[in-house]
Amino acid sequence: MAKKILAVDDSASMRQMVLFTLQGAGYEVVQACDGVEALELARQSAVDLVLTDVHMPRMDGITLVRELRALLTYKLVPMLILTTESSPEKKMDGKRAGATGWIVKPFNPPQLLATVARVI
Amino acid sequence: MTIDPEMAEIVKVFFQESREGLDAMESGLLGLGATADTENINTIFRAAHSIKGGSATFGFAEVAAFTHGVETLLDEMRNGVRPVTSEAVQTLLQACDCLREMIAATEAEQPLDQGRIATLNSDILHILGERPNEAPPPAASAPNHGAGPAAPAAGPAAGAGQSTGWRIVFEPVAELLRLRNEPTRMFAELERLGTFAARADVSRLPALDALDPESCYLSWTLEVSGQIPRPKLDEIFDWVDSHCRLEFTPTGSATAAPAAVQAASCAPAPSAAPAAEAKTAPPADAERSPAAVSAPVQKAAAESGSIRVATEKVDGIINLVGELLITQSMLSGFADGIDPDDLDRLRQGLSQLARNTRELQESVMQIRMLPISFAFNRFPRIVHDLSRKLGKKVELKLSGEGTELDKTVLEKISDPLVHLVRNALDHGLEIPDRRLAAGKQETGTLELAAFHEGGNIIIEVRDDGAGLNKTKILQKARERGLVAADQELTDEQIDNLIFMPGFSTADQISDVSGRGVGMDVVRRNINDLGGHVQISSKEGLGSTIRIRLPLTLAILDGQLVRVGKEIYIISLLAIVETIQVPRERVNKLVGRTEVFRLREEYLPVVKLCDQFGVEPDSRSAEDGLLVVVEADGKRAGVLVDDLLAQQQVVIKSLESNFKSVSGIAGATILGDGTVALIIDVPGLIRSVINSGGAISAHAA
Repeated sequence: MAKKILAVDDSASMRQMVLFTLQGAGYEVVQACDGVEALELARQSAVDLVLTDVHMPRMDGITLVRELRALLTYKLVPMLILTTESSPEKKMDGKRAGATGWIVKPFNPPQLLATVARVI
Repeated sequence: MTIDPEMAEIVKVFFQESREGLDAMESGLLGLGATADTENINTIFRAAHSIKGGSATFGFAEVAAFTHGVETLLDEMRNGVRPVTSEAVQTLLQACDCLREMIAATEAEQPLDQGRIATLNSDILHILGERPNEAPPPAASAPNHGAGPAAPAAGPAAGAGQSTGWRIVFEPVAELLRLRNEPTRMFAELERLGTFAARADVSRLPALDALDPESCYLSWTLEVSGQIPRPKLDEIFDWVDSHCRLEFTPTGSATAAPAAVQAASCAPAPSAAPAAEAKTAPPADAERSPAAVSAPVQKAAAESGSIRVATEKVDGIINLVGELLITQSMLSGFADGIDPDDLDRLRQGLSQLARNTRELQESVMQIRMLPISFAFNRFPRIVHDLSRKLGKKVELKLSGEGTELDKTVLEKISDPLVHLVRNALDHGLEIPDRRLAAGKQETGTLELAAFHEGGNIIIEVRDDGAGLNKTKILQKARERGLVAADQELTDEQIDNLIFMPGFSTADQISDVSGRGVGMDVVRRNINDLGGHVQISSKEGLGSTIRIRLPLTLAILDGQLVRVGKEIYIISLLAIVETIQVPRERVNKLVGRTEVFRLREEYLPVVKLCDQFGVEPDSRSAEDGLLVVVEADGKRAGVLVDDLLAQQQVVIKSLESNFKSVSGIAGATILGDGTVALIIDVPGLIRSVINSGGAISAHAA
């Protein structure tokens, strides 16, 4: 069965690019445009990986990761944050919230796939 | 990357989204002025951030580089490090414009305006307190080389290739597994780099009953051999280096290698990304989010509640519904002549059909309806820029932004509205000194309001400025021969003279408005939409321009009139009144035109029978009815034999089904299947006035 990935980004073009790349590699992808929507979706059905942007309206990616980690069903799900911030502080924020790792933007499709393959 | 057609589609989405993002930035920036509202700055920041991220991802390095400066400035503002000054806001607004052009140029594959970009970039850097050549924007070099994690050290690390392998001591903390960092996966990565061996240290492993399955008790000594640059290893351990003790030792020959390795790893990411980075602590994030839930409702509604439908498809549905209406009215007529026993049931069914059809029609029409905010949204910026330029203080008030109207009407009303607003700012509102001298508040008010009124939409542009100078207008109108010297006009008529072609009272032609073209074009555009515009003003108190528009161009509230055996339709919007004219009030002028007197005003009589060559019941004005119609501020009486029903008719284009006929705006199909022509009132009045020459005296 195809692995299911929850992709969260407020930018439609980034979402589509992630979707296009991951679907092309055989993953099943569900999308959300902010943390609130993602949390809702994640509660409704289980996913194998969460891939989230940081800066989003309503709920940012760091908060999303923290909220998800607090759920029993997401305790052990890998979560990656997509970030343009290459600063150690932002990465540490992510780690503290419970992120497995990060992908630094900009990335190209092979980079995305390689990174995803590291966790699922 | 863009060769792929699907990628090309995604890039298109990016352009569209960037434009939307810039619109959001612009309106956010305009709203910043008074209060530095956190959520607002966050929204602006996010928009800039998304544009930067997207442009870098899709390979538009220059856009990304330019946006980086903007984003940095916004980031400092939202973190409270940098005050929100009006200069900074102005620069950011200009940056929005510049970005909009950059995105348009990039999309059209045109060269960018490098000079402007450089100027603005140095303005931004100046605000940031950096000298332009000091800090090359990191994003410029980042695109397409940012090889995922640990990219920064990629270059200089080549020297590390001297070693023939590495020994790595990897001692994770117990929490490692909680973040789903699987050592086995990292080992698999290492294995791909060269020959790999791992030795686990199980000394920390507790007794089984004390073992927490989510904790990591193991540590490893890893050996990997091959010519592996150190950054490759860093990349693998990047995510976990805060959760473990790591020790890298090169194995094999080269003794000089360790030094080189250290040098390479000592030049990590931080220095490449200066003050740009947010230093937001997690608690601040948590505080922000609850407030954020309610604040951007507007944005969410705009995004989630809309679908994109091709206009042709919607028009197709509208057409079908029109046909349905026709069928229904045909059936209604039919019901009059059948067996009385069935009549009740049939009537009942028909009334239901009528209701369903009407509801269907309404809901389908809704698809084409858009809130007028699409047109209003441009104004905060226009008013901001213009008032700065003119040295005036203006408060813009918008109301009824949610009022919906047809997409086509909306698009066509946009430019006339801009003209009216510019005019109000330029000619209507006074400079602060003059306002104070007149005992008014220093800041003028400009209001844009939209609301529904009796099946029409009304848009009002109100200002509390000086109002129109009636003496001056009248004088100018007389000078230009628009009004006869002895003619007396009401205040309202004088005000509305400004809509006459070639009329401008501006003493000096400014580049804002005042070239004498415009107001007449505004009126013509509005009339072409089947609408009507009027101005009323009080000297010293301000002016109100009122635009009345039909909600849609597809359906018309029509008055059916009969001339002989033919039925014509006149838009109810154009009809002022309908009268019977006594013989003594009709005069024949030189030539063929007849005029009649209506309350001190002489109106030309338009005979539809002559216009369209049909045989009427009577040719004289006193036997029939005169429908007084108005368009472009001019009136005429249309002679008809009889008034029939008023009904909504579906407008069918005559031009696309037959050919364009002067005096006819379109056609419709009546319940009995016959075609009725819809009268083009403005066209008809123009043709009569042009042929009748002398009757322009009652203009406006």
